[in-house]
Amino acid sequence: MTDTYDVVLVGAGHNGLVCATYLARAGRKVLVLEANTEPGGCAATREFAPGYSVSACAQWLNQLHPTVARDLALENHGLQWAARQLASISLDVDGQHLTQRGDYVEGGNITAADSAAFRKFHAKTTRYAKLLARAFEARAPKLVESNLTDRLTLIKLGLGLKMMGRDDMSDLMRIILINMYDVMEENFDNAQLKGLLSLDSLLGSHMGPRTPSTVFGYLYRRVGEVFGHAGHAQVKGGMGALGRAMAASARAAGVEIRLSSAVASIDVDAGRVTGVTLADGEQISAGIVVSNADPITTFERLVGLRNLETDTARRVSQIRCTGGTAKLHLALNGLPAFTGLQERQLGQRLVIAPDMNYIERAFNAVKYKEYSTAPALDISIPTVHDAGLAPAGAHVLSAIVQFAPYAPQGGWEAHRETFTQLVVECIARYAPGIEQQIVASELLTPADLERDYGMTGGHWHHGELGMDQVLMMRPFPGATQYNAAFDGLYLCGAGAHPGGGVMGLAGRNAAREIIKRGAAA
Amino acid sequence: MTTGSDDTMMLTTPFHSRIAAACELNCWGDWMGYTTPNAYTDVELEYFAVRNAAGVFDLTPMNKYRITGTDAEAYLNRLVTRDVSKIGVGRVGYTVWCDEAGQVMDDGTIFHLAENDYRICAYARATDWLHWSALGFDVTIEDETAEVAALAVQGPTSCAALTAMGLVGLDQLKPFGLTEFDFEGEPLVVSRTGFTGDLGYELWIAPHKAEALWDRLFESGEPYLIKPFGTHALEMARIEAGFLQAGVDFMPAEEVVRNGRSRSPFELGLGWLVDMDKSVFNGRRALQQELARGSRYRFAILDVDGNKPANHSFILKGNKQVGTVTSAAWCPTAKSNVAFAQIEMPYGAVGEELVAEIYYQRELHWTRVLAPCKVIDAPVFSHPRRRATPPGNF
Repeated sequence: MTDTYDVVLVGAGHNGLVCATYLARAGRKVLVLEANTEPGGCAATREFAPGYSVSACAQWLNQLHPTVARDLALENHGLQWAARQLASISLDVDGQHLTQRGDYVEGGNITAADSAAFRKFHAKTTRYAKLLARAFEARAPKLVESNLTDRLTLIKLGLGLKMMGRDDMSDLMRIILINMYDVMEENFDNAQLKGLLSLDSLLGSHMGPRTPSTVFGYLYRRVGEVFGHAGHAQVKGGMGALGRAMAASARAAGVEIRLSSAVASIDVDAGRVTGVTLADGEQISAGIVVSNADPITTFERLVGLRNLETDTARRVSQIRCTGGTAKLHLALNGLPAFTGLQERQLGQRLVIAPDMNYIERAFNAVKYKEYSTAPALDISIPTVHDAGLAPAGAHVLSAIVQFAPYAPQGGWEAHRETFTQLVVECIARYAPGIEQQIVASELLTPADLERDYGMTGGHWHHGELGMDQVLMMRPFPGATQYNAAFDGLYLCGAGAHPGGGVMGLAGRNAAREIIKRGAAA
Repeated sequence: MTTGSDDTMMLTTPFHSRIAAACELNCWGDWMGYTTPNAYTDVELEYFAVRNAAGVFDLTPMNKYRITGTDAEAYLNRLVTRDVSKIGVGRVGYTVWCDEAGQVMDDGTIFHLAENDYRICAYARATDWLHWSALGFDVTIEDETAEVAALAVQGPTSCAALTAMGLVGLDQLKPFGLTEFDFEGEPLVVSRTGFTGDLGYELWIAPHKAEALWDRLFESGEPYLIKPFGTHALEMARIEAGFLQAGVDFMPAEEVVRNGRSRSPFELGLGWLVDMDKSVFNGRRALQQELARGSRYRFAILDVDGNKPANHSFILKGNKQVGTVTSAAWCPTAKSNVAFAQIEMPYGAVGEELVAEIYYQRELHWTRVLAPCKVIDAPVFSHPRRRATPPGNF
């Protein structure tokens, strides 16, 4: 064995590539090992039928941190935008759609009072999101045995909270732990608006509007706006193009990326990480191993619970990481027609979440390992802006489906057809005739997402974004500052602070921590 | 429950009928929820029975857990600080186990009963910790505290008394050895272990044979002056022998609520139980850091001037308070006044002279004594028969 790399990074997800790039820029010799054939992790484009491609997991770019984008010079490495500043349209069966863009809402029989209330609510939550955004840009402080850096972070956070003024501070403290349903009821009358914002608060999670912490989920999403994303953006070529741009940037910085190289184990000895062993048996030694995999994959499967001390094994085993989100991909022989929607509106973000109880009922099912019979959907028709994703004249539709269980009774194969059909019927209520346009379809269940993208439980965030699993609790106490359990072992993925979403901050923060700790880390 | 009944929440051991009959003082204590005799007749007499003949102590309330399965050894090795692979079948090992902060949760003994079959005896209840520790291991954990009755037979005539009861060949059992006899058709496990620092054995049997075992033991032991002894006499013997008592000389880490009140093995003088060559075990990372950084405290055995036991004393170096006493006793056999103390580093090295600030009361009159004391390098009681095989016929 030769020790040729300073750092071995497990997984070429977006956070892994960001982390690798920063490390390489700091002079480290970095090897990234990726099991899949393409870099990017959940920033992936998938050809699900001959000639038809979609963004396989994340379909919108709305949280990428501007510093990361700038430092990686992504636009110089091939990142192109198909569309930006897209609005969200909450669909109505009768065509009374509600459109939201920033703090502006229209349609859907919205009253002037609700419009005004939303402007106020938006301004207030933007202030809250700003506070969160600052906390996301640094490592989470330890509360016990905190050092100067941590104390400064805490002081800044406390000061930021104080600077918001008494009303904002007490209101934030009040709502951050509670649920979206109650906060929506306090503020608005319009059912569609409440449904749309509620869906924003829980996309990718295993929560309903009445689940505690959903207000945090909403603010978490709104952080994207603080980072400069006015509305949703669509990457040309699908999210895989973002992964490729990140990989190109990493390579330009000197990172070596090996694709189709699955890591079988992270090797440890006497409290130190020693390297990794690949699935084919090859051993690569390194003083620092950074895992872009989720914490459960990292500690349970790659390190092994037996190699952890009991307290850590116990915490790993208690991480809430069950996904409830599926993806449906449809290949269409033409542009679908949605009742009451203009053709130019089809490229916006289309949401089916008519009211909060609709979402709550959809969530009820997944609590009992059943799929929603009337799921809430976040739909993208990327071909409106990016014709290259489908053959000429044809289109693709991609939908985030809330909710689908990770392991339904009888296994997914018994339900796949029925559930696909059910989601299609759900869309057809808003786009009559779409069934006849379908030439191919693909359903990615949480189990499929786990298999293809290495996310335990199929959870998009590598661990639920509940208050018990964020900030100084993410992914679990004792592992909150990227290093965990072993000298030289780091986490840099969505399971680490600040969490999931194509943001890049977990990767950047981890790199900063590794660089700060020096070569011996 | 009716008023005036004798009902109690306290448990009794399978020996209770015999113990109650022998307990002339009716002086009971509570050991992990079990009714336990503090003294039977006279503490000093019981103590001298242990040191000069044979004493019998009911240790059934000791928490006993059976660990079986193909990963039993690997599991225990990750759980405790010492190398369990070095405890062969038929052997017993004393050890401690720590939490992730390297703080001692408990001390106890591991009995290697057979291949992939161990019993762990602990001071504290450990069911949840043992089960959490099983994540990733193929082991079965069973609490057999109530399923195994246990007696300690300690003292110079213990071997002879047990041999007279029919345990022929017991004199060949080495210290920390483990063997099995037939007792009226029931297996009787005998280990050469104990808490008195002398020759002694512990007997492990199914509860329904407990009374028969007690009766046979006292019948055959009579010529060997066998006597039951309670926890007070045990306390004298174990301090004389230099044994720590969980809950007294250290706080089990899980019971500690105040920061800094728990102790690491190094701070308890138990560094010899820590095998840093093992790749992983609970507390390893923290203990590695402690080795690099230095410990906060040192465990010291003090030989205190005078005959006033230094219970609860402050230990002074000049005018500075550098430690506190956790256990103290006048030790009759060694004829010395012994105290166990936790001393702040860097004080407490062997040979160092310190002062114990002792308070004692006679007829409501409190007296303060500043007794010079010295850190000694070994327990005050030790006898060659403890390690000899055969131990000799006393």
